Amino acid sequence: MSALEIEDLHRNFKDVEAVRGVSLAVEPGELYGLVGPDGGGKTTTIACLAGLMKPTSGAVRIMGEGPMARGSQARERLGLMPQEYALYGDLTIAENLWFFGQLFGLPRKVFEERRARLLSITRLARFTDRRADALSGGMYKKLALSCALLHRPDVLLLDEPTNGVDPVSRRELWSLIYDFVSEGMAVLLCTPYMDEAARCHRVGLMHEGRVIAEGAPGDLTDALEHEVAEVVGGDREALHAVLEGREEIIAASPAGERLRIVITPGGSGAIAEAISPLGATLRQVPPDFEDLFLARVAA
Amino acid sequence: MTDPIIEARELRKTFGDFVAVNDVAFHVEKGEIFGYLGANGAGKSTTIRMLCGLMQPSGGAANVAGFDVGRDPMKVKSSIGYMSQKFSLYRDLIAEHNLEFFAGIYGLRGKALRRAIDRVVEHTGFGPHRNALTGDLPGGIRQRLALACSLVHEPKIIFLDEPTAGVDPASRRDFWRLIRELAASGTTVFVTTHYMDEAEYCARVGLMVDGKLVALDTPRELKRAYVPGVTLAVSGRDLHTGLEAAQELPGVIAAEPFGARVHVRFEKGSEDEARLRALFEADGRVDRIENVEASLEDVFLAVVGESAKEKAA
Repeated sequence: MSALEIEDLHRNFKDVEAVRGVSLAVEPGELYGLVGPDGGGKTTTIACLAGLMKPTSGAVRIMGEGPMARGSQARERLGLMPQEYALYGDLTIAENLWFFGQLFGLPRKVFEERRARLLSITRLARFTDRRADALSGGMYKKLALSCALLHRPDVLLLDEPTNGVDPVSRRELWSLIYDFVSEGMAVLLCTPYMDEAARCHRVGLMHEGRVIAEGAPGDLTDALEHEVAEVVGGDREALHAVLEGREEIIAASPAGERLRIVITPGGSGAIAEAISPLGATLRQVPPDFEDLFLARVAA
Repeated sequence: MTDPIIEARELRKTFGDFVAVNDVAFHVEKGEIFGYLGANGAGKSTTIRMLCGLMQPSGGAANVAGFDVGRDPMKVKSSIGYMSQKFSLYRDLIAEHNLEFFAGIYGLRGKALRRAIDRVVEHTGFGPHRNALTGDLPGGIRQRLALACSLVHEPKIIFLDEPTAGVDPASRRDFWRLIRELAASGTTVFVTTHYMDEAEYCARVGLMVDGKLVALDTPRELKRAYVPGVTLAVSGRDLHTGLEAAQELPGVIAAEPFGARVHVRFEKGSEDEARLRALFEADGRVDRIENVEASLEDVFLAVVGESAKEKAA
């Protein structure tokens, strides 16, 4: 039995089909990333999984049970961190943890143990008297994640847990997530950061309500038929001006001082020619997950 | 470097005993894209609020567009545009009415208001969404509307506080194309972001740690100064178990995950590719190891990460 299953999920809002037939499964100990453009249906999918929204058709199961079924254990086995996680702003870190411990009915000893561990790996132990409202974005997200992890769910849903979190704190949150996954938790996570998508075991790329590609990030990038190159030499703004609007160019973005470009299959010859008057050449590089994203959603 | 449009001198903000911004000094040139980076809670937003005339400094001074932020906050406000982290658009209005509302706040009326809105709509490519309900717009488009609202009165300076947080990669690129066009046409851009690839577009970048501005230079100089050594990027599968072991290798300054890859930075001369490969292949598979140039993300991890580790110790 998979820890989490989605079977031909559809969800409509009036005449808008937000989710149009999604099927996927996440196993215990697996970290699954759901990524895609804004408005692609990711948050709706999570809301259906958490039992916050009724599917129009299809089924979702957490540890084999529907979250909305009568007498279902699904919700107790599920942890959820929505995009706007509501902690109690007037309460301190310690009080928020205590509140959620009570909510989940944790015995005192179990609560104390888990609290100590979470505070230590999040490095929040020194700040337990600080009110949630006075925390920085990164610390707030760490506390929110700790609260969602307190009852040790079998399945954890994370909807963009690192938005607005700085690069150092982002790595800390990820090492926390990895710890729990390695202990057998199944995690489904949405993120706009493609470097994070690349760190998942499997990724589903969701676009216009459907999963249009799924697999291990390395397999997906290996299979990319587009070419990815760095532009060596030349002035970056001048290169931007030459490349902008060319049909072979899917995307151009800075990689250090250079420009990194995603090119339609077979298009690199024409691009090399176009940039050569600027004193620039192309150097092929292996594609990243972000390149894959840009290539797949450009159409 | 002769035409500063923003100048901060020993700018300071305290909340009770807490020093949020600690005697920060810098200047920004007209038409420059200036990046202001730092960890969450380092004091970036507080600095911006003072520069926008929204918050009185506790000490020091700042001049923005020729006005003192402490003495002339109203004049500062009318010369600048500000897009805050949680931009305040009216979700139950259509996009056009949000634009009219913000144009009205800045004193535009009648034909001038219509012209200003048409101009900014064209500039930001917002045309197809003018009549959409703001709350129904996808994140990336709503972000562009917020930018349009903060530009409708043609400010000389625009302050963008994490304008692309949570925006997908394709929309981020569209957004930055607009930013670069703005700067090219002479608007000064002051921007904070946690996306280090975006920061590469900045002419200069300041880094804040705990209220202090600890570094300020061009991206190139920052990399030279803060990321010495040789960086080897390891790609392959299941590399994260080797990450901690890599940190213990002799001569290793830092080992950090970068997406599917791991960047291992060695002191110059001590890089050891064979040993690195053996270490990662104990639990995973190495496809390739290559030399890579330092990025601003390496700079951020070096400057901000170090201070975080010191605090935890």
